Amino acid sequence: MNIHEYQAKEILAEYGVKIAEGGLAYSVVEAVQRAREIDGDVWVVKAQIHSGARGKAGGIKVCRTHAEVEQAAEALLGKNLVTHQTGPAGKICSRLYIEAGTSIAKEMYLSFMIDRSSERVIMVGSAQGGMEIEKLAETNPEAILKIYIEPAVGLQDFQARKMAFALNIDSAQLNHAVKTIKGCYRALRDLDANVLEINPLVLTTNNEIVALDAKMAFDENALFRRHKIAELRDNTQVDNREVAAAEAGLSYVGLDGDIGCMINGAGLAMATMDMIKLAGGEPANFLDVGGGASAERTEKAFRLVLADAGVKAMLVNIFAGINRCDWIAEGVVHAVKNIDMKIPLVVRLSGTNVEEGRRIIADSGLPIITADTLADAAEKVVRARNEVVAKKA
Amino acid sequence: MAILINENTRIIVQGFTGKIGTFHAQEMIDYGSNVVGGVTPGKGGQTHLGLPVFNTVKEAVDQVGAEASIVFVPPAFAADSIMEAADAGIKYCVSITDGIPTQDMMTVKNFLRRFPKEERMLLAGPNCAGTISPGRAMLGIMPGHIYIRGNVGVVGRSGTLGYEAADQMRLLGIGISTSVGIGGDPITGSSHRDILERLEQDPETKVALMIGEIGGPQEVEAGRFAKENMTKPLVAYIAGLTAPEGRRMGHAGAIISSVGESAAEKVAILKELGVTICPTPSLMGQTVAEVLAKM
Repeated sequence: MNIHEYQAKEILAEYGVKIAEGGLAYSVVEAVQRAREIDGDVWVVKAQIHSGARGKAGGIKVCRTHAEVEQAAEALLGKNLVTHQTGPAGKICSRLYIEAGTSIAKEMYLSFMIDRSSERVIMVGSAQGGMEIEKLAETNPEAILKIYIEPAVGLQDFQARKMAFALNIDSAQLNHAVKTIKGCYRALRDLDANVLEINPLVLTTNNEIVALDAKMAFDENALFRRHKIAELRDNTQVDNREVAAAEAGLSYVGLDGDIGCMINGAGLAMATMDMIKLAGGEPANFLDVGGGASAERTEKAFRLVLADAGVKAMLVNIFAGINRCDWIAEGVVHAVKNIDMKIPLVVRLSGTNVEEGRRIIADSGLPIITADTLADAAEKVVRARNEVVAKKA
Repeated sequence: MAILINENTRIIVQGFTGKIGTFHAQEMIDYGSNVVGGVTPGKGGQTHLGLPVFNTVKEAVDQVGAEASIVFVPPAFAADSIMEAADAGIKYCVSITDGIPTQDMMTVKNFLRRFPKEERMLLAGPNCAGTISPGRAMLGIMPGHIYIRGNVGVVGRSGTLGYEAADQMRLLGIGISTSVGIGGDPITGSSHRDILERLEQDPETKVALMIGEIGGPQEVEAGRFAKENMTKPLVAYIAGLTAPEGRRMGHAGAIISSVGESAAEKVAILKELGVTICPTPSLMGQTVAEVLAKM
């Protein structure tokens, strides 16, 4: 789960990391009010969306007067910002963070994440901040320091010092740097974050170390014990279909194609989508209906897939293990009758009680196309989709 | 032979008396697995499904000689149960539980590493369908009837995609020595490589099939291991050609977050390492059949 910059900064401040003075605004009036409350003569108006690279998308505006703050707020609020991380649909900006301008002497990079290879938290830093770490890793890998943290003992002072020296921090600021680095690590560990990235971490002209940006992402599996973090969820930053799916307890990812999918199991779902693509189609979604696919759950899943108006044909692929094909078939028949489906439906059932399941579909009298194998199912749904498109043309 | 479990393996169920534990314990018993009891703290001394319930895993090891365990404990408590099994001297543990926090798994792996290698419990999962040595023992939640006994060793992340592979092979008359689910989480007890090492040692296994997916370094690591250390052919399928970068595809671990983690990149690297790639997920059985025919 991702959170906004201002939320990550509030968390980091509690862990002893210095941030610039700032305030949140939901409206233009509030934005100007926040700027008035902050001393100085430079303010930065920052669009709060769940994405990096906001600067390039025009989401960060430096203002020198309250009138400029007003203009910036008007330009950003309610606007969809498109970055290379948001996809073409972009993300809506409904919150602004108004921050005091910072006089930067030096930009650095600092991040922490759970590394899957070493199964440890890894700390990554560079004296060259501001640019994307992936690009830096390609162009100048020697400029990056990685330190692995032993889970049983945690981040040690000597490791934090080693990182501070790699960031070219002067001895005068060493203690502050160690405090900042250790605070970041504690925030990640205490709150079950997967990723914490500060880019840039800056040294100001007043010799202070300040987190100028902050990104945190949290482990969904740990939210049951991180209630305060769970409350930070902002559904305006997530695909509407995914929000509805999460509420129904289904695992859904919206994609750009037009063949709707309902499958049990994440691996089989990915494989079925691959088959659709290999057959010449494009999936509209990833949807794992899970193990206990009851009639009610099946209907919810159907409604979710069909809520996407772009869907031109639908494929159901179920490999019944614990559940049984006859139950699934009944659920499908029930859903199709209740929903009044207007697009072609291909159903492929396999596994426990498959004959009984196929019989229920056949006896239903509904125009459901059945398929025996994965390949057969993909070809049939792509053909059905092409026929729908041809008819409309 | 088969690896990890056979008809003699003495199995206990952790989370035995719960609804899910009860259902699957019965399924495993019906399959013929040698289930010797279960653990539910506080219910020790009771009898469930005609078998003894113990308060601790240690009691089960001491009193009924438990060697393997399967964990159905809810996510918040599962890591603790796994560590209890390791501490009690269980040799092989399968964790079915989906939704264990990643940092808990980091703790579990760190705990396991403290044991000398020869005494260390092997963990498969979490978030997997379990392990089956067809015709001998099932330590999992899979539909046992789609697996026939044979000489193909299988390791995979996904449950239902593993069933799909087993079913395709069954229809072609190809059987399985042991099929191991390693689970879809970012940090898993065993890697593809850990299981391939054991399949390579197993005289009954002739060919290994690896069913991987997007995200993480495991499939490539397994391919390197196969090239350097395996005499048996390795066949692989990698799911997720259509998966966009940065999005989690159901499994907590199925997310492309760095270079080399997409399906296309993994396939390219594996091909270079000499692994036979299934061109489509509907050809997993067929590809294994072709490799077997050449032997």
